[in-house]
Amino acid sequence: MIGAGIAEVFVDAGARLLTSALAPIPLRPPAASTIAEGVDRLHFALTGITLFFTVIIFSTIFFFMIKYRRQSEDEIPPEIEKNVPLEILWTGIPTLICVVIFFWSASLYIRNARPPDASTEIFVVGKQWMWHLQHPEGVREINELHVPLGVPIKLTMTSEDVIHDFYIPAFRVKKDVLPGRYTSLWFQATKTGTYHVFCGQYCGADHAQMIGWVYVMEPSDYAAWLSGGASHESMAQAGERLFTQLGCATCHAGDNTGRGPSLIGLYGKPEKLRGGETRIVDEGLIRQAIIFPNSVILPNYPPVMPTFQGQINEEQVLQLIAYVKSLGTQERTGK
Amino acid sequence: MADMAHTVPHSPALVHQFETKEQQHDAGSLGMWVFLATEIMFFGGVFMAYIVYRALHLEAFIQGSHFLDVTFGATNTAVLICSSLTMALAINAAQTGKSKSTIITFLILTMLLGAAFLFIKFTFEWTHDWTEGLVPGLHFTYNGPHAPGVQLFFCFYFFMTGLHALHMFIGLGILATLTVMAYRGRFNGEYYAPLEVSGLYWHFVDIVWIFLFPLLYLIGGRYGGGH
Amino acid sequence: MSTAVADIHEVPAGSRVNYLNASYGIKSWLFTTDHKRIALLYLASITFMFFVGGTAAVLMRIHLIEPSGALVQPETYNKLFSIHGIVMVFFFLVPSIPATLGNFLVPLMIGARDLAFPKLNLLSWYVYMVGAIFTLYAVISGGVDTGWTFYAPFSSLYSQTHVIAAALGVFITGFSSILTGLNFIVTIHKMRAPGMTWFRLPLFIWAMYATSVIFILGTPVIAITIFLLGLERLLHVGIFDPAVGGDPILFQHLFWFYSHPAVYIMILPAMGVISEVVTCFSKKRIFGYSIVAFSSMAIAVISFLVWGHHMFVTGQSVYAGLIFSVLSFLVAIPSAIKVFNWTSTLYKGSISYEAPMLYALGFIGLFTMGGLTGLFLASLATDVHLNGTYFIVAHFHYIMVGGAVMGYLGGIHFWWPKITGRLYPDAWARFAALVVFVGFNLTFFPQFMLGYLGMPRRYAVYPEEFQVLNVMSSAGASILGIGYLIPLIYLIWSMRYGPVAGPNPWGARGLEWEVPSPPPTENFEDIPVVTEEAYNYTGARQTLG
Repeated sequence: MIGAGIAEVFVDAGARLLTSALAPIPLRPPAASTIAEGVDRLHFALTGITLFFTVIIFSTIFFFMIKYRRQSEDEIPPEIEKNVPLEILWTGIPTLICVVIFFWSASLYIRNARPPDASTEIFVVGKQWMWHLQHPEGVREINELHVPLGVPIKLTMTSEDVIHDFYIPAFRVKKDVLPGRYTSLWFQATKTGTYHVFCGQYCGADHAQMIGWVYVMEPSDYAAWLSGGASHESMAQAGERLFTQLGCATCHAGDNTGRGPSLIGLYGKPEKLRGGETRIVDEGLIRQAIIFPNSVILPNYPPVMPTFQGQINEEQVLQLIAYVKSLGTQERTGK
Repeated sequence: MADMAHTVPHSPALVHQFETKEQQHDAGSLGMWVFLATEIMFFGGVFMAYIVYRALHLEAFIQGSHFLDVTFGATNTAVLICSSLTMALAINAAQTGKSKSTIITFLILTMLLGAAFLFIKFTFEWTHDWTEGLVPGLHFTYNGPHAPGVQLFFCFYFFMTGLHALHMFIGLGILATLTVMAYRGRFNGEYYAPLEVSGLYWHFVDIVWIFLFPLLYLIGGRYGGGH
Repeated sequence: MSTAVADIHEVPAGSRVNYLNASYGIKSWLFTTDHKRIALLYLASITFMFFVGGTAAVLMRIHLIEPSGALVQPETYNKLFSIHGIVMVFFFLVPSIPATLGNFLVPLMIGARDLAFPKLNLLSWYVYMVGAIFTLYAVISGGVDTGWTFYAPFSSLYSQTHVIAAALGVFITGFSSILTGLNFIVTIHKMRAPGMTWFRLPLFIWAMYATSVIFILGTPVIAITIFLLGLERLLHVGIFDPAVGGDPILFQHLFWFYSHPAVYIMILPAMGVISEVVTCFSKKRIFGYSIVAFSSMAIAVISFLVWGHHMFVTGQSVYAGLIFSVLSFLVAIPSAIKVFNWTSTLYKGSISYEAPMLYALGFIGLFTMGGLTGLFLASLATDVHLNGTYFIVAHFHYIMVGGAVMGYLGGIHFWWPKITGRLYPDAWARFAALVVFVGFNLTFFPQFMLGYLGMPRRYAVYPEEFQVLNVMSSAGASILGIGYLIPLIYLIWSMRYGPVAGPNPWGARGLEWEVPSPPPTENFEDIPVVTEEAYNYTGARQTLG
């Protein structure tokens, strides 16, 4: 029974194989971002080097196997034990190749590491087994990401549970999505279209189904999509609502009359913490303050902030952060 | 106590895989050193994890460390150092052909000191930690400042001192075996390899504690230093 | 060369006392301290575990014929790849050559009667078996679904499977490796025969030595990593749980600190086998002996410095990435040197194509390819795209299967006459080697392409566009499976019905070939005195039976 089933699967797949064998198997996914061509070039250079040396080694072996095959049991091969210049040559050439590849790759990598300042930010929360995405304007998506063409997009990501990974093959970008921390990647799409999103880090039962699509749209279409449909409160507005709802406003009054510091103009500035270290107020620090308040107490303030761990989810944390960011444009007053 | 053993030195048979007694002795020594290398990596791994978390949660770890009693820790350090001394004296006694009762005396002293270490650790320190509700996973009731970090600190405290205590127990077993061997007159000026090799192990366990004590008990400047 | 050689006239096996017939009965095997018998105990265990892991692989490849999964539910598929990885890495590849060929050959090759600590050797086998039993229990009682990498927090807080049993199995078996490594290091240092200087040692011994260094220094770290993981899972104390201040990335650092050197544990012994086989079947000294020896040691040392390349996309700093990338390129160089040296050994040699040689030559080519694909992963920009995809799967299978397993099979075939006193049918062996080579490439080459196209690994279902390459891979796997079954059959057959082997059927050099096949329990009647370099094929030919 099982044998018949397996055989049937083989036959079915074989038929499918034959029909698609007529269509060429692609060598690479669509190249739809600014870095894709560069990565492909490096990849195919490495492919060339790999095939070159593999062919050289295999053919040399094959050649020697035939040319020096044993003719008689008594033959005694010559003593050839070493050749220092040769050793230096075949140490030097691979080293040189490695050095070149390293620098080529590192420069690509460094260039791709930091998002351009004017990036549009979109926020991603991964959880078993789906992706929740929020645009700052308030639009939310599940397993889908609409982005405009030709604009640098920065994804700030975190996980609700285990380690996931956000992978867009067409853009050649990938980054792990971690619980308790923010990671980010950036890309700039160069071609409209629909592209795969995969979870790239094994995360449990439905890891293979934690997939989705990126829709790259012309900027005008994207703007239309963004404002279409039901009106949404922006992330900052949602954050402001939470700020009041959860009682944050009580202590963090804007005029410094509360027990906690005002948050106006706080985002992006360096702050000295009670422990003595100075840190930039970024997404990570604000999240830390919300979840582990006692680890980010400012000097001259009592350590009385309660934790909100367990009361809000990661998406709501991001909304609060968006709100605090929106306050950051104002001048800082007070202590 | 001139109980010089004038019996014929009783060295063990040369086991079949070795050609000479020197080779057998050298192999045993090298084997113990290689084993200690694995132990260094074993403890080293935990130490690294501890150091990372200490850097990430300094205030919490200082808080946690303050729950530990430096007096007991320091006493235990002294106890172990003395036990290393008595161990070395035991080996020296064998090396210089002293009487077997000298060897046995030093071995027993070493065991007593080792047992004292464990006694202080379990009866005074760990029991106290239990009653204070500082045992993560089993009985952890602390909810003052930095509670999660303090719990992390105590995880590592119990894991590291527990691992060390396990090695002490094994060491006591080895010492007991050595005592029996000494009683049977196995050791003399020419044959004391088991003592030497076990001494290496015992000293290693001592050195691990020398690292554990400051790392766990003395962070954050306990006596009027920086916070 | 040697001062005494035991009885070398070909007599029917069994009429002369050797280590196999010196004593009979199950107790004489289970309580043996003879390194040769212990090697056979290991051979039986790891062969069994190989087929356990292989069965999981077969089921996986059948399942992946269909994009929506042809065979099992995703939860089951996740268990299959986890079991495949855990069993193959920890219970087959890591012990394979060291515990079987290493145990058998190290004393013989250096002119000793046994390892330094025979009882510890037996203990290491029992420890391995206890670990295997725990893991098999985890498999039978419902499986484990964390992947062989056991990443936190999934494995510590979320997985609903028998994580602790499986992890305990791995933890316990690690001690088996440590004991083996300790034994080898002391033996090689202290028990070489007179005249057997370091630079007269067979390169297989250098390989065992380098491997043992990694065993000693790396294995304890995975032990405490797994221990911490188990503690977390048992007591929920948050060592790797960010909600209570823990760091799941710390788990990865600790895990890979061992697991990267571990892959060199898997390949260095195979490289040692290749050095022995290539010299024998070209009747030549190895080209560049000391370079090859130093390369083995260099690989062992540098292997400890590169673990971060498994974590390039975890959000680590650019600087950390750059450093690990440089070091990862560096570790490739000694391996490249070896490949060139082996190939040059063939130059003007007198080459014959028995099965061991076919495996060795296949190794050289496939390892070249597998090693070079490692450069794609050491290279930061390409690794971002390739990490977590089938490219990785293809890369490591090229090295571990195309490399290590072929080296293992080559070594088993090469020393089979010495171990068993019997010859196997070489025609079948060459045929099987060819089947393995073809099946292997068909299975794993398409996976490189799948990886670049973006198919992630550990996917129980996948988009339709990846099906063609998956079907090719599964077809290859069925061929590869047959290729592995064939030796199982004829090797077992040969133990009873194969022609009796003389001491040196291949005309090889080395102390192990100067004792009868199978060797007597004490290995040598008198300890030999060594007066010449290794692989003295081009010196005066000494006639042996």
